[in-house]
Amino acid sequence: MYRIRLFAVRHSRAFEWLYARLETTMVALDPLFARVGYGRIERPIAAVERVTKGLLFDCKMCGQCVLSSTGMSCPMNCPKQLRNGPCGGVRPGGYCEVKPQMRCVWVLAWDGAARMKEGSKIRDVQPPVDRSLEGSSSWLRVSREKAARLREAREASRTTIAKAFPDARAHEPAVAPLAPEPPAANQAGSKR
Amino acid sequence: MSEDQQLEFEPRLPSYDEPPPGHVSGSRLERVLRSGHFAVTAELNPPDSADPADVFEAARPLAEVADAINATDASGANCHMSSIGICALLTRAGHGTIYQISCRDRNRIAIQGDVLGAAAMGVRNVLCLTGDGVGVGDQPGAKPVFDFDSLSLLRTIRTMRDQGTFLSGRRITSPPRMFLGAAENPCVEPLDWRPERLAKKVEAGAEFIQTNYIFDVPVFERFMARVRDMGLERRVFILAGVGPLASARAARWMRSNVPGIHIPDAVIERIEKSAKPAEEGKRLCVELMQQIREIPGVAGVHVMAYRREHEVSEIVAESGVLKGRVPERSRTPGTD
Ligand code: SF4
Repeated sequence: MYRIRLFAVRHSRAFEWLYARLETTMVALDPLFARVGYGRIERPIAAVERVTKGLLFDCKMCGQCVLSSTGMSCPMNCPKQLRNGPCGGVRPGGYCEVKPQMRCVWVLAWDGAARMKEGSKIRDVQPPVDRSLEGSSSWLRVSREKAARLREAREASRTTIAKAFPDARAHEPAVAPLAPEPPAANQAGSKR
Repeated sequence: MSEDQQLEFEPRLPSYDEPPPGHVSGSRLERVLRSGHFAVTAELNPPDSADPADVFEAARPLAEVADAINATDASGANCHMSSIGICALLTRAGHGTIYQISCRDRNRIAIQGDVLGAAAMGVRNVLCLTGDGVGVGDQPGAKPVFDFDSLSLLRTIRTMRDQGTFLSGRRITSPPRMFLGAAENPCVEPLDWRPERLAKKVEAGAEFIQTNYIFDVPVFERFMARVRDMGLERRVFILAGVGPLASARAARWMRSNVPGIHIPDAVIERIEKSAKPAEEGKRLCVELMQQIREIPGVAGVHVMAYRREHEVSEIVAESGVLKGRVPERSRTPGTD
């Protein structure tokens, strides 16, 4: 709904916070989701996402949510579906060129972003929409990708021995034998 | 076909040369701008015709004063001869061209192909636009495409040029050497964010900017001050849009019917009060050019004289912005 959408943008900071919590939770649930199977939970989660975000942001389920980079103003409501807006046709008072009764989605977006903690993300150049993702859950995609990234980062920081012996993983990091530190680092870090 | 009927088909083609060092395309517009001259570009009114003579006819009054001619891409969502067709013809006559691409009508597959086609026809400048909505044009029932927006389009062509690949990653054997342009509209909402948006366009790949009409110099000055604070004028060449108004009625009509046009009431009044409105419109345009030229960070002007193309050379000459410089034509047809 238009009115609720405007409300969401006015409270972009609060929604940013909420979204960060949601993401942390979803990422934490990754092992569970993986066990149940992402394919199996896709439909129900997408349905929940459609209803919630539809109500709050007039979400169009593009499947690649950028709300946190657009001041919580959904760019798919821009009649030109710009992802890096606004266009040059914004009307006096900040109304849309194509739908004059609607506030320009991107005027709202820049204002919303200004209230957000990480609002400067609106300056990043967004890729064109991948139309093949339409209708799928963006929540699952984002959290799944983030979980995978975290896993990879953890993997990279594992000690050689832990990588060599899969069993050693269980004991990391407290009990697994540590490789001796290189002398240079030793010196720099020593207080003696 | 018998032996003697066979036609000799060996088109004489210009070689696809490397741009000079420090240049991305080597177009005349790029060379003029990089050497610090004040550049002039002009918009061509595309014919509703398939006769090439009409294109050359439309280009004639612009060519004497413009470093490059913009061929609009169905501007205002009205159907005309295509930008790529016009550019291809103009390069044959040695004119510098700016190929305009609007995201409204074609998807990424069509656009990337057209960019290669345009480059092969000697086009070296491209202007990436979002495009007006289909509703304002002559065929409001058309399907709006908007697969790209102007920024993803800029980034895509830059990738094609600098990485030598399509967006899919597939290799392009001979990349399109294009000088990348974008539009900006400094005098419409959201005024505070317009410079930020410009920065984003530069980030996406814009190397020159052509603005929409500037009739409100104080607003434009404020925009430029912010642009200079951000150091953008050193990263992108900014050409300010100007044009003669024919009458107060025409100005009012434009303001309420053409998207993104801001004309202050004082400007319209000045033309209304004049005994010869068209003359006054021309004089106003000349004055605007002279004022704009003095604003630090402005690298040129872009003249849009819709249906008054015949006045362009006079206006540019009177303004003195070229300082006696005469834009030259390319001596090899099919190149810029
Ligand atoms: S005015 Fe704003 S919402 Fe309307 S088409 Fe332009 S960018 Fe999109």
